[in-house]
Amino acid sequence: MSVPVVALVDVGRRFEVGGAVVNALAGVDLVISPGEMVAILGTSGSGKSTLLNVLGCLDRPSSGEYRLDGEDVATLDDDALAGLRNARLGFVFQSFNLLPRTSALDNVALPLFYGRHRPGSDPLVQARIALERVGLGDRLHHHPNQLSGGQQQRVAIARALVTEPSLLLADEPTGNLDSHTTVEVMVLLQSLHAEGKTIILVTHERDVAMYCQRAITLADGRIVRDDSVSQRSAEVDLVRLDAERLA
Amino acid sequence: MTMLRLVQMALGSLRRHVGRSLLTILGVVIGVASVVVMVAIGKGAEAAVNAKIAGLGTNLVVITPGAAAGAGVSGGAGSMDSLTIDDVRKLTQESVEAPLITPVIQTFSMAVAGKNNWRTSIYGVDVSYFEIRRWNISSGRVLDETDVRNSRKVCLLGATVAQVLFGGDDPVGKTLRLRGVPLEVVGLLETKGQTAEGNDQDDVTLVPYTTVRSRMAGRQFIAQILMSARSESAVPAAMREARAILREAHGLSTRAEDDFTVRDQGQIAAAAKGASEVMTTLLLAVASVSLVVGGIGIMNIMLVSVTERTREIGIRRALGARRRDVLLQFLVEAVVLSGVGGILGAGLGMAVTALVGRLTGWATVVTADSVVVALAFSFGVGVFFGWAPARRAAALDPIEALRSS
Repeated sequence: MSVPVVALVDVGRRFEVGGAVVNALAGVDLVISPGEMVAILGTSGSGKSTLLNVLGCLDRPSSGEYRLDGEDVATLDDDALAGLRNARLGFVFQSFNLLPRTSALDNVALPLFYGRHRPGSDPLVQARIALERVGLGDRLHHHPNQLSGGQQQRVAIARALVTEPSLLLADEPTGNLDSHTTVEVMVLLQSLHAEGKTIILVTHERDVAMYCQRAITLADGRIVRDDSVSQRSAEVDLVRLDAERLA
Repeated sequence: MTMLRLVQMALGSLRRHVGRSLLTILGVVIGVASVVVMVAIGKGAEAAVNAKIAGLGTNLVVITPGAAAGAGVSGGAGSMDSLTIDDVRKLTQESVEAPLITPVIQTFSMAVAGKNNWRTSIYGVDVSYFEIRRWNISSGRVLDETDVRNSRKVCLLGATVAQVLFGGDDPVGKTLRLRGVPLEVVGLLETKGQTAEGNDQDDVTLVPYTTVRSRMAGRQFIAQILMSARSESAVPAAMREARAILREAHGLSTRAEDDFTVRDQGQIAAAAKGASEVMTTLLLAVASVSLVVGGIGIMNIMLVSVTERTREIGIRRALGARRRDVLLQFLVEAVVLSGVGGILGAGLGMAVTALVGRLTGWATVVTADSVVVALAFSFGVGVFFGWAPARRAAALDPIEALRSS
């Protein structure tokens, strides 16, 4: 059996807010294998964001163990975590988080400039390839404000892919998009999954979770459900939506 | 991330805010420009002083009346009429080290020629004056032995006096009146320009000293005795000798202080240089203040920029930027800002210097080191004032930064 991409053992994360202790995560056990497409569901305050920050190496657990690709994250210092985010993780945010007044190409190339082990490859060439992969080969020099929401999220996905990470972390990737664009982005994510990418998708929409293979539900900092999902084809939905629109 | 990439990134981010960036660097531009201009003017003045001193001749020894308080500062010419024509005669007879000697008897008078008149300095001098001062004529002739021996009513004019009294005409052969005495103009002196102190050296009329003494009424005094030592190395000996001769002539006891001052060009040069150096330093201090003010402006804007770009910092951290990458990014931005300001300032400074030189006629010298120092200083300002904002940016928590709007 291959090494899990994510292995959480009894992970807790405590915050002290004005003297009171808040257990945002209270003992989470979770294993995600390579090639899985997982949705993390939960209401606000369920610990979704904290879990995402821990998974994304932006935050460290207060207790328990987190292994990313088999590497114990708790022992790493700030710089090493930055290196891990750069090399192993790709982030996709709800609000796209592209650098304003910066071309799509430069936005996508950005993580490559923080990389420390890719000699001999031209970041701008790699960025162009990544943009072509998400279908934006003709928008290389557009700035974010010249792109639609769906296009901006594609740029963000290209940026997350460009370093060939082991794990794609998407935080409400469709939260700012209309239903049609939502399905378009899910088509893209499903095609990446089909190529073998491991994807974790945090959402509060059951509809979006239906496009994944597995749905984990979080409440009060604990995993309360872990269901396998019969994955819906976003492509089929898109065809249906387009047909309805024409009718 | 390579330094080249950092600089490219900084330029890109500054280009996105062109107007603000230009306003921000204005302080540094003005600071560097004023440093360059001030130093250029100061150095120009110094060079002018040096040229004048070299033009006076390095063998020159100047004796002035009155006791001196210190090097180059006399008690005021004429405040004591302690030099007499007998002193001059005695020096001429006894000095071995200084073969050329002339008194400079000074008086002031209205010079009148036709309808024109002009109040000018009149110097009564001996024939050796021209050689001692290395002053040539542009037309006519210099004074000769006969002029002096016979107290002839002749004179030479400086360029300024000639211009005022005779316009553009060659004054040689014409007549002017000084204190009612008609004098024939026999020569026109070459233009000397201003002294380092700004006195017009060409506003002068030279007359045989015997003529001043015997034919002109009114107050007159020996302002200077000028001597030329045999050689530059003989200057100290000539000074000692002149002092001994004059002390004897004035009957000074061994304890009495000199009632005259003997100076050479070195001391005069030191005094003039000292003055212009003090001036340069003061100007430079004022200019440096504006550089510091410019630096504070950069710090201000960088702090604003860090606050505005908190989200960008969060994004970069999420994508793998380490704290030091963020620190370096903002530091390089501050340095590029002040560096661009420095380069623009150096250019502006050189342009202004050229303009000042043209408009005022002052000698100005833009030295390479003033430009290099000003540029280095502006880069230093960027590092110094960019440090605090860059630290603040690097210290941001990535989660908080991503959450900011």
